[in-house]
Amino acid sequence: MTTVTAPPAAVESLAPRRKPKRSFGPGSIVKYALAIFFLIVVLMPLYVLIVTSFKAGSDIGVTSQWNLPTHWTTASWGKAWTALRPSFIRTFELAIPVAVISSVIGAANGFVLSRWRFPGADVVFTLILFGMFIPYQAVMIPLRDIVTTIGIAPGIPTLIFVHCVYGIPICTLIFRNYYATTVPEELVEAARVDGAGLLRTFTRIILPISIPGFVVTVIWQFTSAWNDYLFAIFLANTRNGPITIALNALAGAQSPDYAASMAGALITSLPTLLVYVLLGRWFIGGLMAGSVKS
Amino acid sequence: MRRLRHWGPGLLLLSPSLILLAVFVYGLIAWTTKVSLSDEHNARGSKGFVGIDNYKNLFTNDIQDRFTHSLKNLLIFTLVFLVGAMLLGLLWAFLLERGVRGEGFFRTVYLFPMAVSFIASGVVWRWLMNPLKGDGAGGLNAVFGSLHLDFLQSTWWTNPDWGMASMAMPAVWQLSGYVMALFLAGFRGIPQELREAAAMDGASTYRLYRNVIFPQLTPVALSALIILGHMSMKMFDLIMSVSGPQWLTEVPAIYVWQTLLTSDYAKSAAISIVLLLLVAVVIVPYLIYTNRAEKNT
Repeated sequence: MTTVTAPPAAVESLAPRRKPKRSFGPGSIVKYALAIFFLIVVLMPLYVLIVTSFKAGSDIGVTSQWNLPTHWTTASWGKAWTALRPSFIRTFELAIPVAVISSVIGAANGFVLSRWRFPGADVVFTLILFGMFIPYQAVMIPLRDIVTTIGIAPGIPTLIFVHCVYGIPICTLIFRNYYATTVPEELVEAARVDGAGLLRTFTRIILPISIPGFVVTVIWQFTSAWNDYLFAIFLANTRNGPITIALNALAGAQSPDYAASMAGALITSLPTLLVYVLLGRWFIGGLMAGSVKS
Repeated sequence: MRRLRHWGPGLLLLSPSLILLAVFVYGLIAWTTKVSLSDEHNARGSKGFVGIDNYKNLFTNDIQDRFTHSLKNLLIFTLVFLVGAMLLGLLWAFLLERGVRGEGFFRTVYLFPMAVSFIASGVVWRWLMNPLKGDGAGGLNAVFGSLHLDFLQSTWWTNPDWGMASMAMPAVWQLSGYVMALFLAGFRGIPQELREAAAMDGASTYRLYRNVIFPQLTPVALSALIILGHMSMKMFDLIMSVSGPQWLTEVPAIYVWQTLLTSDYAKSAAISIVLLLLVAVVIVPYLIYTNRAEKNT
């Protein structure tokens, strides 16, 4: 609890320590009533998204928003898919490389900063971390010029580069804290005594036990690249950009097609929701990692 | 020399990242600062250095006080967002901590909005916060109407005075689950012995939480506040998606973008540097504090 961001192991610590008791007193009724009330509140927007996406014609209206469709139709899903498909594929081409590259960089940095330290490592680490909190608007004006000057192709390649660079702080943080809590110092020392250099120690000893850290950074970077809108709108457009731009164009038009917008919002959310449902335990670990200390 | 051989390779492995961050974080911030001190007000480029004039103009000479208005919006948004998400997150964590059957299910549902992008959730919140009242009401107003809670009906973000408070609702919806996860980990990180010791001393449940458990959660609460606080100050996607860029709901992060569209680079840069300073005032002390606390353990 003292030193570090919760490492992936902390997910286990979310599990209840004891089974809830079977007794149902008044306190317990209040407890369940509240828990279920908030469950409904949280699910309400999802309900509206789903039912509206299957509506057509006069069903779609402000006053009938909460009603189930009188005629279920998937026409709007088809329309939304046609509008979003190219950007949907492009966003995979963006989010997957970002997740992989950022994780590898993060692992190397995290290892150095936790187990192969040099004088001033803590100061350097703090300077790296600061990059995670800056409002990206403060770098955006020159950023546009500099990526053009370097000669990175506009659209997805530029966004991959940018997400990898600005993902360095969080990935370094996650791996630094992961190694600091799971890799014993003696293990690295022993390798050193045996004459193993940095790269050898890292690739042979550290990387094989880094899978939990990778799961967290991959999920984290995949989700943030997938959901990003700010970099996308500054550095790309509807023709070469990710799905958030395309969705905003679909849903933000002068007289938007509500059913198609809602279907589009669901399509846009499916990959990250799938990642979240399948890898939920680690996803939580990733969220925890966002807190510098816990 | 031997020492250098010892840690040199590590520094070498780290150096590409350090160079990238030196250029793309610190270098570009310096560059933006330079632009903010220039008179580059259009695409034709800069003629010279004007000192802090652009900053002064933002606070004293902006049309309709647009900048201070955006700061006021940001303040209202941030307050409602922080208070709302912290309270809900703590309440949910507390409910689950007290033991609920099917906890995993509740946890998953409370947390799922976090996986959705603000752009996608904005699509539905735009609808839920429909400002019509009475018979033509939709969204949340329709729910309140059918529950005979008409006094709760609101014009939401279209209200010129307190609209930004409504704008914080989707953000609360999206991030309360995250705060819950943080607090839940905090609750579960408290050693069982501490609870048992308190029980041995005959402490009531109320006193157990008041005097033993909640004080232990202070570091978690601080983390959560920092994370939410800096997210709030950078809030851009959600507002762009719910209301689009417009006067009523403008915050500095959007003002930067709107100004950039008019090619007023100097002004845009000045706004973004003010925004950066706002974030830094909170983050820098926190990072220093974290760094020190870590050394002491």
